[in-house]
Amino acid sequence: MKFTLSWLKDHLDTDSDLETISDTLTAIGLEVEEVLDPRAALASFVVAEIVSAEQHPDADRLKLCKVSTGKDTVQVVCGAPNARAGLKGVLARPGDIIPATGDKLKKGKIRGVESQGMMCSASELLLGEDDDGIIELDSDVTAGTSAADALALEPVIDVALTPNRVDALGVRGVARDLAAAELGTLKPIDTSSVAGTFDSEISVAMRLPDADSGLCPHFVGRTIRGVKNCESPQWLKDRLTAVGLRPVSALVDITQYINIDLGRPLHAFDTSKLSGDVGPRLATKGEKIAALNGNEYTLSSDMLVIADETGAQAIAGVMGGEPSSCTDLTTEVFLESALFDPITIANTGRALGIVSDARYCFERGVDPASTLDGAEVATRMIIEICGGEASHLVVGGVAPEIGATVSFRPARIKDLGGVVMDATEIQQILARLGFVVESADSDVWTVKAPTWRRDVEGEHDLVEEVLRIHGYDAIPVEPLPRPAVSKPAFTDDQRRAGIVRRALAGQGLSETTTWSFLAASDAELFATSASPVVLQNPISSDLDVMRPSLLPNLISAAGRNAARAMSDVALFEVGPRFEGDAPGEQTLVAGGMRAGQKTPRHWNASARVVDIFDAKADALAALEAVGVQVERLQIGSSETSGPPTWYHPGQSGTLCLGPNVLAEFGALHPLVLKGMDVDGPIVGFEVFLDRIPKPKRKSGPARSKFAPSSFQPVERDFAFLLNDDVPVDDMIRAVRGADKVLIAGVDLFDVYVGDKVEDGKKSVALSVKLEPTKATLTDKEIEDVSSRIVAAVEKAVGGQLRK
Amino acid sequence: MDQLEQLREELLAEVSSAADLQALDGVRVGALGKKGRITAMMKELGGMEPDARKAAGQALNVLKGEIATVLDARKAALEESEIAARLASETVDVSLPVRPSTEGLLHPISQTIEEVVEIFAPMGFEVAEGPDIEDDFHNFTALNFPPDHPAREMHDTFFLPPKADDTRHLLRTHTSPVQVRVMQDKEPPIRILAPGRTYRCDYDITHTPMFHQIEGLVIDKVVHMGHLKSCIIEFVKAYFELDELPTRFRPSYFPFTEPSAEVDIGCSRQNGELKIGAGADWLEILGCGMVHPNVLSASGIDPNEYKGFAFGLGVERIAMLKYGIPDLRTFYDSDLRWLRHYGFAALDVPTSAGGLSR
Repeated sequence: MKFTLSWLKDHLDTDSDLETISDTLTAIGLEVEEVLDPRAALASFVVAEIVSAEQHPDADRLKLCKVSTGKDTVQVVCGAPNARAGLKGVLARPGDIIPATGDKLKKGKIRGVESQGMMCSASELLLGEDDDGIIELDSDVTAGTSAADALALEPVIDVALTPNRVDALGVRGVARDLAAAELGTLKPIDTSSVAGTFDSEISVAMRLPDADSGLCPHFVGRTIRGVKNCESPQWLKDRLTAVGLRPVSALVDITQYINIDLGRPLHAFDTSKLSGDVGPRLATKGEKIAALNGNEYTLSSDMLVIADETGAQAIAGVMGGEPSSCTDLTTEVFLESALFDPITIANTGRALGIVSDARYCFERGVDPASTLDGAEVATRMIIEICGGEASHLVVGGVAPEIGATVSFRPARIKDLGGVVMDATEIQQILARLGFVVESADSDVWTVKAPTWRRDVEGEHDLVEEVLRIHGYDAIPVEPLPRPAVSKPAFTDDQRRAGIVRRALAGQGLSETTTWSFLAASDAELFATSASPVVLQNPISSDLDVMRPSLLPNLISAAGRNAARAMSDVALFEVGPRFEGDAPGEQTLVAGGMRAGQKTPRHWNASARVVDIFDAKADALAALEAVGVQVERLQIGSSETSGPPTWYHPGQSGTLCLGPNVLAEFGALHPLVLKGMDVDGPIVGFEVFLDRIPKPKRKSGPARSKFAPSSFQPVERDFAFLLNDDVPVDDMIRAVRGADKVLIAGVDLFDVYVGDKVEDGKKSVALSVKLEPTKATLTDKEIEDVSSRIVAAVEKAVGGQLRK
Repeated sequence: MDQLEQLREELLAEVSSAADLQALDGVRVGALGKKGRITAMMKELGGMEPDARKAAGQALNVLKGEIATVLDARKAALEESEIAARLASETVDVSLPVRPSTEGLLHPISQTIEEVVEIFAPMGFEVAEGPDIEDDFHNFTALNFPPDHPAREMHDTFFLPPKADDTRHLLRTHTSPVQVRVMQDKEPPIRILAPGRTYRCDYDITHTPMFHQIEGLVIDKVVHMGHLKSCIIEFVKAYFELDELPTRFRPSYFPFTEPSAEVDIGCSRQNGELKIGAGADWLEILGCGMVHPNVLSASGIDPNEYKGFAFGLGVERIAMLKYGIPDLRTFYDSDLRWLRHYGFAALDVPTSAGGLSR
């Protein structure tokens, strides 16, 4: 909310300067977002009087003015219709920057005549929307004085209110808080009853069913007759303009003004357009109303309206209706001041999409005591400005009892706030804020909150009130006691996710972060048996499904990079994939992809496009980094452990421990890439971090004893001929199994398919490392192991030793 | 003796004219081998008179020794020139580029989370996580958001379709529901940090529909705002790696804390450049407060026995401030040029011993 310093001083008697006030507001929880000082921009502008205004020789609409600043007289060409001799206005001189355009004014010739300055309009100075003519100042200002002074410009304070501070919605509430912070004293306000001189012809009709009477518990009205809906006085227009509102007419401006001044929304109806009694009722379904903003709204039966006997005249607490609004011709008004249920107002405003100052106040909760007080203040102001006489009040319902009575232990200030304050100080702060401490002699006080503090519910609220006024700065800093022995902050699972990140970065993949959602069409390409998790209100139609896999967003990322001429892409992400719409139905996945060249063209390395074994290597590196014994991993081959459909069926696989699939990898299916409109080949993998067996906690960090063999290891090479469709992995397992003690390593160094072996066969060459532990191997022992290896391969996969 | 002298001269000439090691070996064999000329003369000594044999033997041994020395010297010289020739032939252009290798990098979000955890770990905080898809209870109700409260509307929640019983799940709008889950599961005292993805239906220059938060929670019998202040002040100085960093605690409002505060850090803005540290301006960095008693009660903790504080900060925001990243939206673009520019090497592990950043 915005207000000026002088406006604040209407309510607060203070000597403090702007900076102190601004700092204090922030310190007590009314955060000053900005102090706008319109004076700064007009520092060099002066008041000038038009001495003479004559017709421009070459332009009908322009005038040649002699303008005096008291010291100098300059010639100004001016197009304003109100430019005339004797007018005092604001002169911009060459070098001045015009606020509306930001341009520096230069001397110039207009239609051949020199112009040495510019007489400004309000809109040019950003002081309102008036651009029909130049500013006309009072005739008693002196030419040559500062324009900012003459315009009575003053700084505007803009406070960002938190949603709980219903009490500070008006300038008076802000002043009250500053007074509580001892920055001055709150001035009294006259809310005394204005004596009515006649009975209002319009009465209040509370047309709410009993069950809904709480939606408008209190409705106060009054007829004021013989008013003149004139232009508002300058001071009122200046204040409204200063806070960004547009003055309309006195009756409208007064209600706007009181809304800001007291946080009390009001509405004035033109009685000549009403018929019968007026009051709150629920709208009928489909009921229409033309609102003041020029739009017509169709209401629903849970919305509250203010109606006369013919229909809805206002959307209660949100916006008035156009037909019964005040115009220049209005001579008699019915002033309405009522209290509405915050939730109903919020829901109505949201459903109709109307943002208004009244809604803003009512949905946060207006002070119930202000219904009556606001009506009196407004009546007094209307009569003062527009004349006329007021009727007796007409009232429906009563002001509800609002303002909690709270049990408060003053010791909680120290317990929660960590600051020691004495009881008197606590009591004084509460009292300055309007709280009534009903009993304070024991450890538990009974405190009654004022009506304007609808947000106060319990003890913790009072603790905050006292601490914020006392000042958070006054809370002494006290170190949080630390544990004697520090322990890891990460759990094993979290640590492993971190290790996988660094392992994959070490593989040459760059980490990225992509949305948790994607387009339904992309999700479909990665559909599993689970139905997609769809968002009801997506940010856009291409981000409407929770991702079933990390791959599609990574593939899209590769496509975007390719469009920027970066086609060699290697990316990974560690994050959730979603398997259901209930909390917890998600898995943590490390997913990655590579596209383009694995090795670029190079003078000393052969260029190579990414292939499935790059993806397999990435997946293995991730698994190995977190302690999986990768030689124990099997390639999944069953229906449930095979690779998913989005991979190339002949170039994909899984890495499993028994039935547990730890990772999937492969070349992406060309049709999936086509569906996503991304060029291939692309290889990818997903490692399911949640499925990796937990590390076994042994006795401690100590390793097993180091016991190297002191005997010479031996290497023997073998070449086997086996059927082309036999996985080599099965053969390697058979070789390892031939002697689990002696065989220390099996390395595959050649796979050959071609005209030197028969069709349907492949030749596979291995190097087997034998590592004796007890004695150097004899030729016979080596022969023995070799024949066992040959026999095992023949038995397991039907392989024949090539001689 | 002429014969011996002649042999000597011939052999010396052969040695010096041997062009390579192979030729030199031929010379050696021709002189000193089994059938070599000196060897042959040695054999002839047997048939000589003792005196003559002695003299001739001595002379032959001298010759033999001399030739062997010359052979060795010549061999060393030839070897040297041979290596020199080989080295000369093996010369490469060392200015050629090395074989290519690609270095992968870490994203600023995960690096920033690790930095924050590294700061709080010595204070006894443990990392806790929770689901991205939440229910209304954990995201709102337990956190003291009354139904229809304007603060609920401010959260721009993403919803999943309603179920038969008219409840609907949602994407968590903050990491605060992790607080509730931890308090439900664990006996106090509690000190946790909860980093993670959060979601709000908002997309413009300063908002993305997904972003990251880190939530902190301390629950204990004795804990107050003085502890909260110390914890936050220590964090911001450690995170921004500044010995002095002014902080300002402003009263604010969050449904789940009371008293609540927003924390500003000092900064200066000159010529459009933001610099963290002592300066004329303030910059909002995080929100915090004492846990609202309603939140404790909803999570099964007695607010008369236990108290606590909580804080929450935006990961992208503090990463942008520390590393000078200007645009939030670029975090999610996967632009390789951006990742290379703002990413972190795999070996850049933030530690308290080695520092948080290079």
